[in-house]
Amino acid sequence: MNMAKIHLNMITQRSIEEGAAMEQGKTNPNYFIACTVCEMNPEDMKKAGIWKNTNVKVTSECGTVIVKAIEPTQYCPPGLAHIRQGVWANQVVPPRTQSTGTPQYSGFPVTIESAPSERIKTALELVQGAVGLWQGGKI
Amino acid sequence: MPKLIKGVGCPYCGSSCDDIEVLVSDDETKILEVHNACIIGTNLFHHANDPTRPRLPRRRQPDGSMKEIPYDEAIDYMAKTMLAAKKPLVYGFGSTNCEGMSAVARIAEKSGAVLDNCATICHGPSFLAIFDNGYPSCTLGEAKNRADVVVFWGCNPMHAHPRHTSRYSIFPRGYFTQKGQMQRTVLCVDPRETDTAKLADHHLMLDQGHDYELFDAFRTVLRGFEIPDVVAGIPKETIKKSVEIMKNAKFCMIFFGMGCTHTDGRNHNIDAAISLTRDLNTHTKASIMAMRGHYNIAGPGQVWAWQFGFPYCIDLSKGTHAHMNPGETSSVDLAMRDEVDCFVNVGADAGAHFPIQPVQHLKKHPFITVDPNFNMASEISDLHIPVRIAGVDEPGVVYRMDNVPIQFRAVIKGLPGVPSDEELFNKVYERMCELTKTEPIWLAAKEDRRYPESEAVI
Amino acid sequence: MASGEMIVKGGFIIDPTRKIDGDVGDVAIKDGKIVDKVSSSAKVIDAKGKIVMAGAVDVHSHVAGPKVNAGRLMRPEDKFISGVFRSGMAQKNGYRMESGFSIPSVFKTGYDYARMGYTFVMEAAMPPLLAPHTHEEIHDTPIIDEAALPVFANNWFVMEYLRKGEVENTASYIAWLLKATKGYGVKLVNPGGTAAWAWGLNCLSLNDPVPYFEITPAEIIKGLIEANEYLGLPHSVHLHQNNLGNPGNYPDTIAALKIAEGFKARNKFGREQVMHSTHLQFHSYGGEGWKDFCSKAKEVMDYVNKQKNITIDLGCVTLDETTTMTADGPFEHHLHSLNHLKWTNVDVEMETAAGIVPYIYDKNVTPNAVQWATGLELALFAKDMNRTFITTDHPNAGPFTRYPRVIKWLMSKKAREATIATMKNSDKMIGLTNIHTMDRELTLFEIAQMTRSGPAKCLGLGNVYGGLAPGMNADVGIFDLNYKNLPSDAEKIETAFQRAACFIKGGEVIVRDGEVVSHGHKKTVWVKVKMPENPQVTRDVSQAFTQGTYTVDIRNYPVREYLAPHQSVIDVNVEA
Ligand code: SF4
Ligand SMILES: [Zn+2]
Ligand SMILES: [Zn+2]
Repeated sequence: MNMAKIHLNMITQRSIEEGAAMEQGKTNPNYFIACTVCEMNPEDMKKAGIWKNTNVKVTSECGTVIVKAIEPTQYCPPGLAHIRQGVWANQVVPPRTQSTGTPQYSGFPVTIESAPSERIKTALELVQGAVGLWQGGKI
Repeated sequence: MPKLIKGVGCPYCGSSCDDIEVLVSDDETKILEVHNACIIGTNLFHHANDPTRPRLPRRRQPDGSMKEIPYDEAIDYMAKTMLAAKKPLVYGFGSTNCEGMSAVARIAEKSGAVLDNCATICHGPSFLAIFDNGYPSCTLGEAKNRADVVVFWGCNPMHAHPRHTSRYSIFPRGYFTQKGQMQRTVLCVDPRETDTAKLADHHLMLDQGHDYELFDAFRTVLRGFEIPDVVAGIPKETIKKSVEIMKNAKFCMIFFGMGCTHTDGRNHNIDAAISLTRDLNTHTKASIMAMRGHYNIAGPGQVWAWQFGFPYCIDLSKGTHAHMNPGETSSVDLAMRDEVDCFVNVGADAGAHFPIQPVQHLKKHPFITVDPNFNMASEISDLHIPVRIAGVDEPGVVYRMDNVPIQFRAVIKGLPGVPSDEELFNKVYERMCELTKTEPIWLAAKEDRRYPESEAVI
Repeated sequence: MASGEMIVKGGFIIDPTRKIDGDVGDVAIKDGKIVDKVSSSAKVIDAKGKIVMAGAVDVHSHVAGPKVNAGRLMRPEDKFISGVFRSGMAQKNGYRMESGFSIPSVFKTGYDYARMGYTFVMEAAMPPLLAPHTHEEIHDTPIIDEAALPVFANNWFVMEYLRKGEVENTASYIAWLLKATKGYGVKLVNPGGTAAWAWGLNCLSLNDPVPYFEITPAEIIKGLIEANEYLGLPHSVHLHQNNLGNPGNYPDTIAALKIAEGFKARNKFGREQVMHSTHLQFHSYGGEGWKDFCSKAKEVMDYVNKQKNITIDLGCVTLDETTTMTADGPFEHHLHSLNHLKWTNVDVEMETAAGIVPYIYDKNVTPNAVQWATGLELALFAKDMNRTFITTDHPNAGPFTRYPRVIKWLMSKKAREATIATMKNSDKMIGLTNIHTMDRELTLFEIAQMTRSGPAKCLGLGNVYGGLAPGMNADVGIFDLNYKNLPSDAEKIETAFQRAACFIKGGEVIVRDGEVVSHGHKKTVWVKVKMPENPQVTRDVSQAFTQGTYTVDIRNYPVREYLAPHQSVIDVNVEA
């Protein structure tokens, strides 16, 4: 298996799975399941040596996140990748706003590489971790 | 006997469906069944039953843990912290009623804060385009009753607004559209073959981020000029055919979403979309509408426009006048430049929905969350104040995505002791007035606030 | 309402309701009302050397609701020309922040009206479906009493009933809608034309059929007059005519006014007219195009002067940068095609529409200068000032804060000439209008008729507003003008009316030396008709909701009680 990286154009958008799970609570396991996926075209997976339903590391100009690569639930052409809106996507979304106030949630370059042995962190771990409050899940 | 309440509004997405039926327990404390809502709305109502919903404010302790405190103490802390800050940022309002938005403006003004709402990260660019170009729009009933051509551009209602297509845009039989979907031609412009695109008669799968070029090509064709063979990945013939469909419509309705506002071009994409709509009006009737995300995210734009003249990014720190300049006074930009020294997150979750860097910047200063539920923002806050849930245990006015005000009702009794957003902000305001030794200014608001059951209609 | 006694002493009283013109006297106040006399312990307000008038009444102004707010939202630049920022004093005392010029924020709206001594303002167009929005804004507007007119002339129910000649059903529907929206009366905007606009069309003449509904504007106007008088509402139909703003429209205007012939006001509120024709300036043009666009104020007023059952308001152009907004959707689209500025449109299902376009009235552009003259001429040709009211159709022809300037122009030929002298094409303008030849200067008494007694009576509110007779609301404005010795410099007239020396509302001092000192107690006024239930109308209305022609639930349609603070409800009883 080659350990190639692939450069893709990332978008992060709404999905009903995310919406439905969010309303059960962001610490609900369904929210984790809904939002920790990166949808990419099978061709691109093949190019990068990524097996579907395995973890990948997504790196943008401003961060990295571990999510699970899946085949698109809504068709995604080669070159494009999609992480559903939410905590995981926002680890890599660039805050640049083109002076409009609105960050670059869609259409930013990322590299994606296979990371089968990396663990996907929980939402709380990511957010509390980012601000130095993570204490292993005890609040 | 459980009670069935009809005509209930769903406080989730911008469709703001108000045909929900909710079966509540005899004592009006539990939601038993939810009818007519989509999966998201259903989950929302059921989640309100969650026995672990917070009932008291929690204050972060030196060891990082959270400890419950009485409301008075929380109100005092919030008032003092906001007054002490040079420039607090008050952000959110994705799930707050207009009464709360009006009340928060009083404390924002008092403390010289920046007042911003979720539009800043969603349809803010649409506001910028409206500032430049206006907004030829209509209520959703017009789309339902008349539209024979419907365009979804950079939006995916099947996921983000699940009942939109059945209540307003594709399927419903309206007054002049008795045949429903049969009578409508649906175009979808999206870089992915979304579930909405699958419903469309024509899907234009453009190259991601090239919306402006494509809008421009549409306008060029409409004005009778030539375009290159391929624009934004779409063949010329497809563009021409699409323009022909729109031009020959009796009523052409364009819906657009964050596919346009979140990507390169931002407001320029919307600007072009509005211009296209305007151009179409020289041939036929055409209307455009932003697919606003939350059930009342049009609300702060309305309330603050009538109070300050601006819909978002309102800097009240100058004292003499309100100032708005997105890019300068927008939440994410202010955070990235460390220009605010206190953050109040209301009815939203900046912790989850901002990119993580601005969250890290904001966290350098006091961080307060006002929200009925635990969320990412509450879990990194110095103070979390729970409030009632608008549309569930608190009534109030909300503005649907088409700016139609809908008077939502409460379906269950609020948790004892937990205030509404409005009550909380009024108490904070009173405390601020005490601390600054000034007289509160209520206008008519406070004296007359009661929530009688809505009277019989006819 | 403040209790206790107060006496406004020694001013020149101008009160047309009692035909008092400049007599020196006192106004006694007790418990929020004007009374015959008060005890010697009453608080004294010195008005010596100043004029004393009742609180003013604005018959037509767009100050609250969806299209006003769409205008605020779409025009950040309107905030940058506001000029007046909140003073340090206001800031210290916690007055709400003020912003906006042509479309001021609700706070500025309330404060500025109060500063000019206004006590009541009629929001001129409320889309019924969006009525909660209008009431939310009224709720947040300090000081002034307000009411709102729901729009009826493009409403599907109304057109359907009137097509079949069903005046009683129309009346029942009006009664229902007034109650549901907490509305005040029957507003007509471009009858039929706005309904046509839903398909991108218009009705320019009174006989253009409305697409699908097979009814004409003339029939809608006539039918609504009949329904209005059937109910005996406090106010008459309030008409924004078809063909607004176009060269050569005055014959259509007179034709529409003629529809009122033969009707007699039927009501218990002292109203005499059966039609109020609003912003007549926009409807009094001659010419075939913009080149020979000219004033026909004389021709229109010749007709109005003869017809006692018509009232009008001016809609004076004030030569400002402003924001036009009206339920006349097709007009705004047309205006946008002329000036190419940004355009907002809001079509409202089953009911109405609205359009908004910024507009710059440039005194150097001849048609704008002609419009300016036309508005003033209407007043100068008027014979009965109790039927002729000062408005700017705020903000369409100019912001309401320019009323003092309009008063100045009306009271001073010199001021008019001074303005004409600054116009680049003054000669051309003079050739197309009458203004230069008109010497009439209105008196303070006539101004009081046009802003106080007249509009109050027209709205059926003459028993409480617009005068200083005992029993009326203690709403009193004191202005720094010496009746015996009016300033030769007309600018001083404008200044005096811009900032009242003192304004008392409901017996409470609201403004002192031009500054707001209290937030007072505003009221929301609406009309509740009691009449036997009409099963057909009930069925028709509920079907429109259950069959989904409307997209909201009928339970959420009527404006809830708490949204309208301090309601002042006018009951109208209609016998079976
Ligand atoms: S479509 Fe939106 S408003 Fe309607 S039920 Fe679903 S989530 Fe609620
Ligand atoms: Zn009008
Ligand atoms: Zn008007």
